[in-house]
Amino acid sequence: MLLSIKNLHAGINGKEILRGVNLEVNKGEVHAIMGPNGTGKSTLASVIAGREVFDVTGGEILYQGKDLQKLSIEDRAREGIFLGFQYPVEIPGVSITNFMRTAVNEIRKFKGLDQLPAGEFLRMMEERKRLVEITSNLTNRSVNEGFSGGEKKKNEIFQMAMLEPTLAILDETDSGLDIDALRIVANGVNKLRRPDNAFVVITHYQRLLDYIVPDFVHVLFQGKIVKSGGKELALELEEKGYDWIKKEQE
Amino acid sequence: MESEANKILDEVTQGDYKYGFVTDIDTEFAPTGLSESTIRYISAKKNEPDFMLEFRLKAYRHWLTMTQPKWAHLNIAPINFQEIIFYAAPKKKKEVSSLDEVDPELLATFNKLGISLDEQKKLAGVTSVAVDAVIDSVSVKTTFSETLSKHGIIFCSFSEAVQNHPDLVRQYMGSVVPYTDNYFAALNSAVFSDGSFCFIPKGVRCPMELSTYFRINAANTGQFERTLIVAEEGAYVSYMEGCTAPQRDENQLHAAIVEIVAMKDAEVKYSTVQNWYPGDKNGLGGIYNFVTKRGICKGSNSKISWTQVETGSAITWKYPSCILLGDNSVGEFYSVAVTNNYQQADTGTKMMHLGKNTRSTIISKGISAGNSNNSYRGLVRISKNALNSRNYSQCDSLLLGARCGAHTYPYIQVDNKSSIVEHEATTSKISEDQLFYCQQRGISAESAIGLIVNGYAKEVLKQLPMEFAVEAQKLLSISLEGSVG
Repeated sequence: MLLSIKNLHAGINGKEILRGVNLEVNKGEVHAIMGPNGTGKSTLASVIAGREVFDVTGGEILYQGKDLQKLSIEDRAREGIFLGFQYPVEIPGVSITNFMRTAVNEIRKFKGLDQLPAGEFLRMMEERKRLVEITSNLTNRSVNEGFSGGEKKKNEIFQMAMLEPTLAILDETDSGLDIDALRIVANGVNKLRRPDNAFVVITHYQRLLDYIVPDFVHVLFQGKIVKSGGKELALELEEKGYDWIKKEQE
Repeated sequence: MESEANKILDEVTQGDYKYGFVTDIDTEFAPTGLSESTIRYISAKKNEPDFMLEFRLKAYRHWLTMTQPKWAHLNIAPINFQEIIFYAAPKKKKEVSSLDEVDPELLATFNKLGISLDEQKKLAGVTSVAVDAVIDSVSVKTTFSETLSKHGIIFCSFSEAVQNHPDLVRQYMGSVVPYTDNYFAALNSAVFSDGSFCFIPKGVRCPMELSTYFRINAANTGQFERTLIVAEEGAYVSYMEGCTAPQRDENQLHAAIVEIVAMKDAEVKYSTVQNWYPGDKNGLGGIYNFVTKRGICKGSNSKISWTQVETGSAITWKYPSCILLGDNSVGEFYSVAVTNNYQQADTGTKMMHLGKNTRSTIISKGISAGNSNNSYRGLVRISKNALNSRNYSQCDSLLLGARCGAHTYPYIQVDNKSSIVEHEATTSKISEDQLFYCQQRGISAESAIGLIVNGYAKEVLKQLPMEFAVEAQKLLSISLEGSVG
């Protein structure tokens, strides 16, 4: 088992948001987490990544058998957890090349590997750019600075391709994307899918799932996963809307 | 969360000063304290011509009538000038003409600081840099002087210039910063002991970077150096200075003067990486750095560019300035000033537009951490005759943590209607979002702060000569080891 979340409770400033989440993810799987706004989808992603503003008040998260709460944010990342941000932050003056090189080398150091020589690193950048079909000159610009919404999301996918995570969590990576950008994001995920990694795709809409076909779909509502099923559940949700879930819960 | 972020910041900004060692060298001192006899002692030691002694005494007598300025946003403990040694020189057996004759202890000191005085030792693929190495009150070695003299360039210690080129010294010394200019300039003019002298003749483009490395070594000693750069018509030079000092509990005084003269079509680039001992984490010790730097664009189309990375000193008081006298002349000021722990900096520039179509650019990036205070103070003055002149100023402050301060004091005076002055200012913090984003990519908090700060300062760092840029980037990260809010 890659990720095992048991009865997870978490909140912010004393306000509980996750109220007993259970989720199991195996290698080779793609999970979609859906649900209305404000039900805790992004909180779940942040808590797995270790964001300190959130307090875990109960339950456990095991990743490759390790208790994640004992790992720092950066160590979780170095162990192969990647979070694709809903709102990627700008870091003025820091080129994506420099940013990625620092990240790749710190991860390599953690694994006891030597630094990647500059030439090799640049070749890797080019190759991954091609893989995720990014043609624009994103890599020489400062991290997310002045990027359009679509460019920011493509940049997240590019970074994912560079870091080759074991568990990638994409937090509403599809929101605000036009159809071309959506396709690039989805293609990126599909190209990186392997039997030894897994994806958790958080989305509000079904349309991303036309391009990324999930093995499992979960509905998060009021801090709990209230329904799980196969990819057909997404279609059902699209058809009936979330009101159906809300009614069921009442 | 705020406290968590502050904790990370603290860890990151608590780095140790790497240059705090003392070299054990046989040193000769002037008697402690300041009086006319101290000045006569210094002048006699340097075997100076009469005009130099007269200049010093006039400056001293003027200084006695002045009081220490209080307008800066600085809290300065009283300085007792009678407890300071104004002249300290490593003893030497004879005149040094080759490297073999330089005291091996001194060579080792400069090697330890990463400064090579060996002309043969070049960095791969990098053009060599000529170095004037100044320890306490004297220059111990100037490299590449001979190579440079083939181009007619004079690059030597100030003392040598006084001996060998007295007319040039007499013509230009005090012409940009008169001894009456301010309290610390008067003090320097009275007691200055060495520094660098550089003269680039008409039409010559200096083939290598010139640099001076200043090192304070002796205890209870002040360093008062003076640098004079003259670029004749059409000449070009890029000049760099670096500074370090041992770690001591007492404050030490450094009061310097730099004067630059640029004639018609000449260009001078002056870069500083200032890393004097900043004092310890509780604010004990550190260098008081009171510096007057000014350049004059005398001829038309001339250009003077100041770039500074200020990370050291307990107190920094300096305003590298440009007098834009020649028509179409250009003045630039690029600054990164970092304060941490209990450091205080009040730094900025003055751009005096006198000629027509003169242009100036000011880019100032302040970074404050710990309990420090960091002020930008800048004057842009466009005179009545400086028609069609332009200034653009950008002053950004970055705060790391909740206990530090950033202050901006812009003074703008425009006396004609055809000129344009722009001033932009921002204050920001390293956000928790930025840190989390970096950490989520596997980057440690320390590296993340280093990356973000270097990114923030990039506009300034890219102005530095390559030899300096890498060093400056490292220094920025180190200076902030132990700071996020």
